[in-house]
Amino acid sequence: MKLTGAQILWECLVREGVTDIFGYPGGAILPAYDAMLDYPIRHVLVRHEQGATHMADGYARASGGVGVAIATSGPGATNMVTAIATAMLDSSPIVCITGQVGSRLIGSDAFQEIDITGITLPITKHNYLVTRADDVARTVREAFVIAKSGRPGPVLIDITKDAQQSSCEFDWDAAAPGVPGWRSVIETPADAVAAAAALLNEAQRPVILAGHGVIISGATDELRAFAEKAQIPVAMTLLGIGGFPASHNLNIGMMGMHGEAWVNHAIQEADLLIAAGMRFDDRVTGNLRTYAPHARKIHIEIDPSEINKNVPVDVAIIGDLRDVLKRLLPSVAQGDRGPWLSHITALKGDSAVRDIQSLPDDGHLYAAHVINDLWRATKQNDTIVVTDVGQHQMWEAQYYHHEAPRSLITSGGLGTMGFAVPAAIGAKRARPDAEVWAVVGDGGFQMTMCELATAVQEGIAIKVAIINNGFLGMVRQWQEFFYERRYAATPLSGPDFVKLAEAFGVRGIAVSRRGEVLPAVDEARRHAGPVVVDFRVEQEDTVYPMVPAGADLHAMIRRPSPIVETGADL
Amino acid sequence: MKMHTFTVYVEDRPGVLNRVSSLFRRRGFNIVSLAVGHSETPGVSRMTLVVETDAGGAHRIAAHLYKVIHVIRVEDITDRPAVIRDLALIKVSADREHRPSLMQLAEVFGARVVDVAPESIVIEIAGSEAKIDGLLDVLRPYGVLELVRTGRVAMARGMGSSPARKGGPQAAMPDAEAGVSFSV
Repeated sequence: MKLTGAQILWECLVREGVTDIFGYPGGAILPAYDAMLDYPIRHVLVRHEQGATHMADGYARASGGVGVAIATSGPGATNMVTAIATAMLDSSPIVCITGQVGSRLIGSDAFQEIDITGITLPITKHNYLVTRADDVARTVREAFVIAKSGRPGPVLIDITKDAQQSSCEFDWDAAAPGVPGWRSVIETPADAVAAAAALLNEAQRPVILAGHGVIISGATDELRAFAEKAQIPVAMTLLGIGGFPASHNLNIGMMGMHGEAWVNHAIQEADLLIAAGMRFDDRVTGNLRTYAPHARKIHIEIDPSEINKNVPVDVAIIGDLRDVLKRLLPSVAQGDRGPWLSHITALKGDSAVRDIQSLPDDGHLYAAHVINDLWRATKQNDTIVVTDVGQHQMWEAQYYHHEAPRSLITSGGLGTMGFAVPAAIGAKRARPDAEVWAVVGDGGFQMTMCELATAVQEGIAIKVAIINNGFLGMVRQWQEFFYERRYAATPLSGPDFVKLAEAFGVRGIAVSRRGEVLPAVDEARRHAGPVVVDFRVEQEDTVYPMVPAGADLHAMIRRPSPIVETGADL
Repeated sequence: MKMHTFTVYVEDRPGVLNRVSSLFRRRGFNIVSLAVGHSETPGVSRMTLVVETDAGGAHRIAAHLYKVIHVIRVEDITDRPAVIRDLALIKVSADREHRPSLMQLAEVFGARVVDVAPESIVIEIAGSEAKIDGLLDVLRPYGVLELVRTGRVAMARGMGSSPARKGGPQAAMPDAEAGVSFSV
């Protein structure tokens, strides 16, 4: 069957199971857009290509599949860069398709020509420049294999205009991916599993550090069975949240820079750490020299280049986490770690039983209350919260209690402001029956708020909770702690978000008192379309506790007053 | 920290060298020497890379290299018996008077004179880096006009384990002890 390169592109995408795509047309990708009309693809027209790529990322993270974004050459392609890097740092499987000028013009600085494969080389798992229609099918098939296998990541395919326009014979089977260096089937080494089991069975004070790998490999049930059998407490990284139910008695909470104090203390006192699908990021370790000094370490990881990168480990098990945990389970002894678990409970003090709802209403609206109320209102439903980056992101991690994997989507590794609104649109597209909330600061919202128009045009009913404190809050917090409150360029004005929302055709609600939070959330949930709720919260509120960058993990800045206002340091 | 020598088999494709060298820059490793050419298998190029790093760094280099999709196999042959060679072409100032002594020196070092001009000669030498450095030391007083070196190429001694011998690049090549036998 003779098809154009553009037709082959869609033919292959459809066969790969793609139903939704996020993009923005332009000259060099026009042949592909023209061909798209003949295929069962739902296209979301974005307002900026960064948004398209975050949407693909949100789609991938919500669904567990591959998200696809498409853009033209030159600025279309470079606008994707930040979002590609976001997906790279968080191991999110996306495929980005960019148009390129005609192959004979490459290297000539033609209009809208840019070397996007060169630019994205260090921020993609792999990328391709396709100059012939014959190469389209094999490239697309390979790209999907690479994006989703092993440690997932973004793949970019740059297709010249002539490769889209010219025709060739299309043969799906003949285009089966064959990469000589590709060995993604990983056999878990038995000796490493035995060595890990021996360490586990000796340990008195073990802690599991659960990361994004739990969610990516779908290991929630296996992790639960493992933790329950061995009676090991589970601490979460930011991206691990949801991988283990928040309400489980072995879930001790989030670790790291803004993790709960008792979690970090437990890690520092532990005699064994089981790092499960996490990479000892500097945000979770603090000072490496004083990190978990008494603990031996088992690192279960799919990417060998992560082993001993930041923290030297005693046993490394390379493999798919789900598979490794399955193999580990039989050799792990039934645990009784009562004394250790009671010790951690004691570390919590009374904070574990104090309830943020019972704290007195002092007339101020605190972000923690907003997020906690949001959780109370939505917890019964299938809800996805997509956060942006900054203080609200940490408060979300502390006060929204996630029970299920893929219920929190956030930019962890790159920390990309502007992520939440477009990623929420992508998540809602992937799981239309889920309730999707973007929790976003007033700074990050203003970076990508243009995508509200996308949500309206495409009928994607996301709910946006702006945690509006009139500051670039997290930077302001660093200035408060480390720069003598010299607030350089952090006070931030913004439009009237309610009017702005209405101008977009979106329902806008303003909230400035605690008692208004739940009614506003209810109203937002009842409204069929997209909604923006502007929560005008306390301006100079602070995320506690905090481990200063590079400080010892146990050296946390605690809330100074014994009167807990937001409960962040409960 | 010591010099680690890697043999890297890669698919012979446009941009592969860029992907490999970019990786070293990105991860903060400094390439001391890099030589690349065809291997015994059509479509497969072979690189010899020399990097100064410690054991952990060497392990991570191999692991990162495997993540480059077009990398087929990586071997750290630093501690294995290997034949290691560098090739140099040295243009030395040589008038009629000095030419005979230069030719004698070349012979002592097992080098060859591959070009003779009225005022200069070109000497070709293949050998260890130390041997080439030794020859250069004795040539300098005559006046070294130009020098080009290929960088190190290396091959493990004895029955090797190149991808071709294992049944071609399509064959799976688990290398459990290295723990880095696959792309992710």
